[in-house]
Order: sequence, then C-alpha cells, then structure tokens
Amino acid sequence: MMTEKGYYGEFGGAYIPEILVATFQQLVTAFNKAKADPVFWEEYENIMSTYSCRPTPLTFAENLTKYFAGPRIYIKREDLNHTGAHKANNVIGQGLLVKRMGKNRVIAETGAGQHGVATATMAAKFGFGCTIYMGEVDVDRQRPNVFWMERLGARVIPVRDGTRILKDAINEALRDWAGHMDDTHYVLGTACGAHPFPEMVSYFQSIIGQEARRQIMDREGRLPNRVYACVGGGSNALGVFSGFIDDPVELIGVEAGGKGLETGRHASRLASKDATPGVAQGYKTYFLQNNEGQMKETHSVAAGLDYIGVSPILASLREKKRVRFEAATDEEVLEAFSLTLEKEGLIPALESSHAFAQAFKEAPALGEDDIIIINQSGRGDKDIFTVADAFSDLEWIKFIQKKAEKYDA
Amino acid sequence: MLESYIRNRLNEKDILLMTHIVLGYPSFEDSLELIRVMVAAGVDLMELQIPFSEPTADGPIIVNANQRALESGATIKDCLSLAKKVVRIFDIPFLIMSYYNIPFIYGLKRFVAAMSSCGLRGAIIPDLPPEEGQEYLDKMKAYDLAPILIFSPATSFDRMRYITSFGRGFIYCVARKGVTGKNTDLSEELAAYLVKCRKATSLPLALGFGIKEKSDVDFLKGKTDIAVIGSQTIRMMEQKGIASVENFICSLR
Repeated sequence: MMTEKGYYGEFGGAYIPEILVATFQQLVTAFNKAKADPVFWEEYENIMSTYSCRPTPLTFAENLTKYFAGPRIYIKREDLNHTGAHKANNVIGQGLLVKRMGKNRVIAETGAGQHGVATATMAAKFGFGCTIYMGEVDVDRQRPNVFWMERLGARVIPVRDGTRILKDAINEALRDWAGHMDDTHYVLGTACGAHPFPEMVSYFQSIIGQEARRQIMDREGRLPNRVYACVGGGSNALGVFSGFIDDPVELIGVEAGGKGLETGRHASRLASKDATPGVAQGYKTYFLQNNEGQMKETHSVAAGLDYIGVSPILASLREKKRVRFEAATDEEVLEAFSLTLEKEGLIPALESSHAFAQAFKEAPALGEDDIIIINQSGRGDKDIFTVADAFSDLEWIKFIQKKAEKYDA
Repeated sequence: MLESYIRNRLNEKDILLMTHIVLGYPSFEDSLELIRVMVAAGVDLMELQIPFSEPTADGPIIVNANQRALESGATIKDCLSLAKKVVRIFDIPFLIMSYYNIPFIYGLKRFVAAMSSCGLRGAIIPDLPPEEGQEYLDKMKAYDLAPILIFSPATSFDRMRYITSFGRGFIYCVARKGVTGKNTDLSEELAAYLVKCRKATSLPLALGFGIKEKSDVDFLKGKTDIAVIGSQTIRMMEQKGIASVENFICSLR
C-alpha cells in the first residue's frame, strides 16, 4: 500500500529541509529495525498493559442499542488509556524508539493538550527532557493541560506566530528540531507529517484495531458492519480501521463540521469540497487552503480536530473509496455527547463525540442484527470548560467566579 | 547564465553579496524601495521571497515578515509583477525563494513559465529535496532557470554529490543547524564544512544563515563565493528604516 518513499497513492512523501534529511533517514532506519524485531512489539505491548490500560475494553452499549432500536452498538474504550486518550499508544511507541536511537530530549506539538500531556508523562517515565509547543490560543483555552505538562516537568512554549493554534505549534516544533536533532526526537502526535511519521504513528495505533477485532469476534463471533472514528490528523481512526481494513466492514471517518460545512467554519478536509491537495508541514495531502496555497483558519468545538491537513493514508483511502468521510457539526456533537452521558454514563471527549454523532445519525436505519463499533478515542473530562460554556451551566459559572474572587482577595 | 555571471563578478570582487527580502513586507512600495537601496549599495544578486503561511525553515524575523505580508493581502500575482518590474529596472540577477506549496498550487509549469517570462534567473525552495522535486527540476531545466539546491552541515559528502548533480547556478550552503536569523558561530568547523562543500561541487558556493556584519563577511572571503544576508537587513529596516539598509550593506565589504 505504501511505496518506499512513503507515498500512499499520490499522498505523503517527505518534503523536508536539507538540514533534517539525515535525521529522517536515521528515524526510518530505527523504525524499520524495530518493526522487524519481535522483541520490540512485545516490549511495547508489555509496557502498554502495565503502564497504560491495554487491552482497553470493548463496551456493549446496551442502553443506546435499545434507545435506537437499531444495531448492536459497541464502544472501544481508548479513553481508559493513561492520560485519557489513544495518544498514549503513540508516545510510548515513539519513546521506546527514542531510547533505541540514544536521544535524551523530546519535543512535541499539541492542540488540545492531550498529546502534550501524554508526551510529558512518557518523557518523565523514560527520563527525557521535554519541550511542548502549543499555540497561544490553545494555551489560553486549555490551561489545565498546560498545568499538568508543567507539573510533569515539561517546558511549555506558547506559539505566537500565524493563527496561534495547532498548525503553528507544528511549525515551531519543526524549527526546534532543525536546530537540535542530534539529541532530540520530535514526537509528532498524529499520522501526518513527512515519512515515516504517518506509517509509524499508524503502526503504534494499530494496537486499537487488533484488539477491537479480537474482542468483537470473541463477543459476537462475527465482524461488525460499520466502524466509526473521529478524524483530526487521523491517528485514532487509522488505529481502529487497521483491524478491519481487509474485512468486508464499512469504515467511517467523521470530521469536524464546526458551524456547518456551508458556513466555511469547519475543519473538514475529506468530507467537504473545501480542501485541495497541497504540500505543507512536510507532506502532501488535502489541505484547507485558499486558491494561492495559503492555509485557512479552521474551526471546531473540539481543539483536537481543528487542523488544516489530514493523514495522507486517509486521503488515499478516500480516493480508493475504502473509507467513507462524513462531518458532524458542533451542535450535533454536543447532542451526541449528552446522550452518551445520559444513556451509558460514559464521558467521551468532544473529539470522539463526532464519531458518536455520526453513528447516532445512521443507527435508526440499520437492522437489529447489525453491529457497529464506535471508537471512543478519549475521555471528556478535559472538556469541562468548553462543555460548561456550551450548556451555559450557571452553577459552574458561579463556581468559577467564586474561585476567581478568592485569588483576587 | 547565472553561474557565468557569478564567475565574472568574482573576477572583480573577492566575495559577492546576496540579500533576501520578503515581497509585500511591509508593502510592495517598500519592497521596491528596499531593492533600489540594496542594488545601489552594490548587492550582486537577490532572493525575493513569496510569502507563505507556513514558513517552517525560517526564524522569527522572516516568519513575521511572511505573516504581515499576507495579512496586508500580498498575492502571487503581486509578487510576480513586482519581480518583473525590478528585473527590468535593475541589472542584477533575481531569484524567487518560496515554499513548494506556492508553485504547486499555482501550477508547476505555469509558475516556472511565469518566472521565465519575468526574467527571473532561478529559485530556492527549501522544502523540496531533489527526491521529491523531479518534475520541478525538469521544468526548470526546460526554461533554462537555475534550481538552487541546498547543502547543510548534516549533509554527507555522498549526498552532496547527489544533490549537486541536479543543481545549477550555485549551491546554497546552510551555515548551521536551526532556522534563519540566529547567530552563527564562525568557527574552524564552519571553515572545514565549506572545504567539504567545495570538494563536493564545481558550482559556486553561497553561505547563508546568521551572517550580519563585516567580520562575518571577511571570515567567508576565500571560503565561499557569495555571502547571504537575510534576516539582518529586515531587522535593520524594521529598526532604522529602509534608508539605513544602504549604509549597512556598504559597511559589509
């Protein structure tokens, strides 16, 4: 499926400045060696089962299933990973590679802060120095995650260039790497960027799909009809999809529809007609850009989906019509989020709630013998401020005001 | 041809100066004035950067210039029309510098043809290694334009040989790790790196990143053919105005 140069159809590649070419070669070599070494995956699985919570459960959503009177709904619980999201899978995998390469410092970009927190825990555990780049806008709206990164010993640098969100944090991390590659590894958080990142991140995330396939076969003795996952950069989606890619299972990637595709205020690269193929941040894919190739501002209620590009692997899977892409609006997402809380007592992240929203739209049309799996990529506790604002929770506002008064006193 | 221009110029001067500006920053009128001042100060060739929203190989000064230019509405058409104008007015070679998405979205063939019809002499695209740039390299050749390729201190000798096989005009040697606009340590190590570059290519060498005063340029004499002044002139313009750039450049050699 992938060529030697990291192309998936016409997407992918390695559009990198000369100063980083040797570093990427070193990474490709280290990754290929690790992949060929069965001990590496064993070590990876072992650490994921003792430090994180793998295998994560596959939960049968009995109440939602009854509510829709449609398909049997299963939920893959990536929210039960350490730090509360699938991000742990990727950072621990890359951390093991960093050890093999003999480097002692890691850097990462973060949007919502989940990948930053996950990277900071990994750095603390493995004894690496750690710097996290985060857009200034995201620092302002995700202070609790900044707090934890700093407590974990990471240096958090607010990025004030460009639109001051995720893409700008990636640019700044690349600039740091270009200056410090000898001792530093850039732990990219999703299946984007230059080769080998899309392949490598998907490889570590494939643990989700391997487990999910085994679990559904154990429970139901047959494959699901559909698998739903939200798509920001695409790593949780590729992770869960990988378990079913060779099966007759429909795979649905759900992007951020924001205020609605027709408003232009969204982050849908593959479900809308607004994105076009381009080259930025090291790789070729669909980008939300203007007709001169300048990147546009994106919008989503979920900071983790608020990104201009998308994994080249997913871009290629769309061309092949192997994955169907849909978009869920902020409003639909909040509805699905509330329903999941009420019916199942589960708290999905707003990112993951996109997958729930699309599954809920389609469930009534499916039969009772059908089975679907929704990937709950992360937990929603981190979204407390956003959710409280969205529901204008008066008691919460009072609490924050009181808290603020105490600091003023 | 760009290479022979450089060789001829080197018969008269012991080192050439190449400067870099971001088109449309702070405005196109100012860009024109800046070019006029630089040419008057004896600059031998110039890079004209078409601004891009994601300039990953640049440091804070040039990043800011890219962003401001885009905010004030700079388009590729504006950039090319200014390029066409300055090529007509001033008798030095001009090159385009930009990131690959700009020609890619514009249409590679259309972009290269436009550069040619503007009278530009070549282009520097820092995020396009030769492995990804075959189509670009072919088009540049077809229009007799120089693709300026890049060496870095992390580039092996074998890779330098590989890169130079696609290069024309000159080779741009990045002085150090990191991005544009930060200090460069002018050391024995840098001198040894330039010896390695010289051995790897028969094309003239330009050295850029962190060059900002006369002692830097003096150090480079005999080691490289062209010294590149990038962020420093932008910094100078921001702090002391466009007119100050002329004295600054004259002071360099």
